[in-house]
Amino acid sequence: MRSNVKKRLLKEKIAKVAMQLSGITITGSLFFIIGTILYKGLPYLSWEMISQAPKGGFYIGKEGGILNAILGSLYLASSSTLLATLIGIPISIFLHVYVKSGSFLERSCKLLFDVLFGIPSIVYGAIAFSIMVWVGIRASLLGGIITITLLTIPIVVRTIDELLRTIPIDLKHVTFSLGTTRWETAKICLKYIKPGIFTAILLAFGRAIGDVAGVLLTTGFSDNLPKYVDEPAATLPLAIFFQLSSPIPEVQGRAYASALVLTFIILIIVICTHLLASKQQKHKI
Amino acid sequence: MHTSSRIQAAETQDLGNISVPHIQIKNLNVTIEGKRILKDINLSIPNNSITSIIGPSGCGKTTLLKTLNRLVDDTKGVEITGSVLVNGEDLYAKDAEVTHIRKKMGLLSQKPFPLPMSIFDNVAYGPRIHGEKNKQVLAQIVETQLRNVGLWDEVKDRLDASATRLSIGQQQRLCLARGLAVKPEIILGDESTSALDPVSTQTIENLLIELKQDYTIVLVTHILRQARRVSDYIIFVYNGEIIEFGKTDDVLLHPKHEITQQYVKGFIS
Amino acid sequence: MNWRLIKDKLIRQSFATLLVLSLVVIVIILVGLSIKSMPLLRAERLGVILTESVWSPMNGSFGFLPFIMGTVWVTFISLIIAVPLCVLASVYLVEYAGEALRKMVLPLMNVLAAIPPVLYGVWGVLFVVPFLSQYIAPIVGAETTGYTVFAGGIVLAVMIFPIMVSIMVEVLQTIPYELKAASLSLGATKWETIVKVILIKAKPGLIAAVVLGISRAFGETIAVLMVCGNIPQIPKSFFDAGYPLPALIANNFGEMMSIPLYDSALMFAALLLFVLIFGFNLISRLILNRLERKS
Repeated sequence: MRSNVKKRLLKEKIAKVAMQLSGITITGSLFFIIGTILYKGLPYLSWEMISQAPKGGFYIGKEGGILNAILGSLYLASSSTLLATLIGIPISIFLHVYVKSGSFLERSCKLLFDVLFGIPSIVYGAIAFSIMVWVGIRASLLGGIITITLLTIPIVVRTIDELLRTIPIDLKHVTFSLGTTRWETAKICLKYIKPGIFTAILLAFGRAIGDVAGVLLTTGFSDNLPKYVDEPAATLPLAIFFQLSSPIPEVQGRAYASALVLTFIILIIVICTHLLASKQQKHKI
Repeated sequence: MHTSSRIQAAETQDLGNISVPHIQIKNLNVTIEGKRILKDINLSIPNNSITSIIGPSGCGKTTLLKTLNRLVDDTKGVEITGSVLVNGEDLYAKDAEVTHIRKKMGLLSQKPFPLPMSIFDNVAYGPRIHGEKNKQVLAQIVETQLRNVGLWDEVKDRLDASATRLSIGQQQRLCLARGLAVKPEIILGDESTSALDPVSTQTIENLLIELKQDYTIVLVTHILRQARRVSDYIIFVYNGEIIEFGKTDDVLLHPKHEITQQYVKGFIS
Repeated sequence: MNWRLIKDKLIRQSFATLLVLSLVVIVIILVGLSIKSMPLLRAERLGVILTESVWSPMNGSFGFLPFIMGTVWVTFISLIIAVPLCVLASVYLVEYAGEALRKMVLPLMNVLAAIPPVLYGVWGVLFVVPFLSQYIAPIVGAETTGYTVFAGGIVLAVMIFPIMVSIMVEVLQTIPYELKAASLSLGATKWETIVKVILIKAKPGLIAAVVLGISRAFGETIAVLMVCGNIPQIPKSFFDAGYPLPALIANNFGEMMSIPLYDSALMFAALLLFVLIFGFNLISRLILNRLERKS
């Protein structure tokens, strides 16, 4: 009987160690990825890299930088995030304030947005590309913006919905009982979740700026700084992808440096999101 | 256990002087997802007095209150038959306009819910959405209503401060002021003091007693002592039916029905 | 009717329109992809397309089996790695770790989820691929460049960590305390309680988390494409190169459109992905929604 207890406690100990190791592996992978990119990319990072567009012979290791891609990505991500926010917030508001809570309509719409959230960007890219060919638009910044907007709408709808769900139902009822229309109540709800909206926007921006498969087919690539929406534009993830597949070490190094730039952008977004979220929590208390 | 006989008993009780009742409920039935929550409610609520709805939890008293200003509409799977007349106008008529109805009834909810804006804007919110733009008029309304609820002296120096900074008792009084600012005729209270400390509770209770000169007040409460302290009339609801309706002392001291008796004595809750 | 009510009505109409339009996207994708895949489906029976192993568009042979198997291999490998790690780590976070540690680790999962796929790919190329070819392959006596389904699986595993951990933690947190207390008071150790009570009770939610992980792995394009070799063959071991479906679309779309049926075949690949992932997502979300409503 006693040996049984010992054996069981030993099992408990082994299991605990295994769990701790798994936890360390999972969280460690994050630092490992960022560390690898930092270690490989830092030596190649220079002011020239981020302040200039590619010049002649850039792709065989000569002068220039990836400003075209940085700007392209920023334009693309900010326009699609803006559009997705303008479309997504009304949808969440509609589902929360205008539709009866808990109704079939509300639940099935939210389910569909959850499902849409999981659809890979390559599918969006493929269908958008086919439609663009069919209509006769070539790969362009505009094509990319539309595709990425569609991709980010479900993210906005989901995050805003989660925020709206934190509003006590009584707040809704109290405003209704002052004789408000639904729209006036919706405005109060928006006011209530205002700090959280920025978080949602940042999340969407992060997803938009990092996507490759969606822009690969729809946005094309260009060495020029983006000027018009109907022309192809470079994007940072694609620049990384293209440079990395080059056999020339100098160009590969630039891929690492570009990856580092993208990592920085993402980390800034994540940190801002985190700060906003914690500030919001303090505000509530 | 016949519903109809009970209602008749309720109606034949001496209700004192009711001229034209503000609120009349006729044959009201509410079903939520197939479950009958309120059954054949017939009721006239006296003017300028406080009427408390009491009953065990889950008996339908909150639903009854929310039926009065049609907030019950927002519930999933709800079906309503019958009519609720306010000043002779049916709230559940087909062409009834909900925002107009709700404006007539101020709601004081369980917990205070100040809107996410300043103290001033909270009170001014209602008049503003209903079209009042004149700043002086708004300032006047805010001051009058804050005085009405005894909050003016406490907050007059910080009207621009966020309403969430107030203590919970102050917040509840602010919410009352906000409700009064849209000039309702009726005040509905849904366990309005359950989140408050005893002192704030007393303040609110005293306020309601003062306000009944100008308003018809309907409260939902599960605290019998509170019902006795503040109300003129009591409605006892059990299992979605009105068991007894009468003057406070009559219902609490000489209940006519056995269930009421048991509830008042604390055998069921 | 006054202006406020008219405004309210107008806003309701326009919001509803936005809602409908953005859900119509699903229909557009489904119909569009179906129309475009029709030529291929008319030329060849569905059964043949899915089971034929020769991919040679020049000769009009469109066998999808290599790509399907490529996707299955990388997904399978990523699950072997990720599922045990995620279950163990989530259990630890919920049952053993303190509030402070949880508050530190869960935001890190959000950071991991925010890292764009292409960066995972870069990491794969810089670390996983050389690591496999120089250190792991020699141990088992295999000769490889490192661009293998194994590399794809590892990269994918790391990519699905965050979604699985965060959902598993949520699911485990819904297990009522009384259940644990009952088992512990019978003299079971904590670990026994976890294995015999908690994990059993949490099973539907955990499965839903895994299914979400699978659908993420299925659709992941660029990171996998960068590390798994992209040779249209049916992989036979961890150290063979593979060619998953999304990579096929990404690598070839917009090119070689002159080859008959090629375009249609790629769209069919996208349709296949869409239908599978839509189904997987739908099932796991339904399970999770039901769990949420219960608790």
